[in-house]
Amino acid sequence: MSEIPTAKSSIEKELNSIPTFNTLNESSVFISEKRFKDHINLRLDISDDGNVDALGNILGVEVPIEPNTVNINGEVSVLWLGPDEWLILTTECYPNSMLDRLSKGLIGKVASIVDMSGGQTVINLDGPNSMNLLAKGCTLDLHPRVFGDGKCAQTIIAKTGVIIRKIDNSPSYDLIVRRSYADYLVLWIKDAAREYGLSLAK
Amino acid sequence: MLMIDCPWCGNRDESEFMYGGEGNIVRPQDPESISDDSWSDYLFMRKNTKGLYMEQWLHSYGCRRWFLAERETVSYEILNTHKIGEINPESKS
Ligand SMILES: [Zn+2]
Repeated sequence: MSEIPTAKSSIEKELNSIPTFNTLNESSVFISEKRFKDHINLRLDISDDGNVDALGNILGVEVPIEPNTVNINGEVSVLWLGPDEWLILTTECYPNSMLDRLSKGLIGKVASIVDMSGGQTVINLDGPNSMNLLAKGCTLDLHPRVFGDGKCAQTIIAKTGVIIRKIDNSPSYDLIVRRSYADYLVLWIKDAAREYGLSLAK
Repeated sequence: MLMIDCPWCGNRDESEFMYGGEGNIVRPQDPESISDDSWSDYLFMRKNTKGLYMEQWLHSYGCRRWFLAERETVSYEILNTHKIGEINPESKS
């Protein structure tokens, strides 16, 4: 009998070598992977009101128009990537997958819907020093006054193209990265976090 | 290092951008009907300005949009950036 293939994380080995601490370490940065989410790249002309309505009905939330911001509806996050381009992140798959609902709901429209789920993953960094850690490899102004909650940005961290998304002010950041670059990025994070300590969040 | 003001994303580091040469050049409406000289002029001939120069740049690691930048080629200072279509292109016909 042939084995049924199961989904595997490309950074599981790297993450499992990071210790977990139960005692609260004041300076530690916590790392985790938000794996196996649906990542969908969507391109659509929103100067057409019909397109905006059709999209809103499917997503349950309007797509963000303001550059580098995120709109959220429950499990569904919509990240601005360009004036006609968004990244949809979701774990919700009922009654049908988001990919399915978009493909059916946008029939007749000129749109591009690309499933990126197998090609990207999300690494979360959390803790008081996570901003300082990111600043070592990133030229963005990460000060909360500039890069606050609900913001996202496509940029470079340690030579790797990533989408950074600010989750909250703990501070907590999601790094959306190509899976083939993810282990390199985790290795860089391990090195950059040595002065703070790095713990695997459970 | 230059900070470049992407018309969509705001101020970002130069390392996120790619240079695209002279900007705001109009593609001939009907390439079939123009002379080879005009076509090759459109394809290959670019100004080499000392001073204020209209350029196109790509925010390749950011929003991946092309935009226009007015740059002083002596001082490297970028005076203005515009979304494509925001200012009238210079006709080359
Ligand atoms: Zn941009």
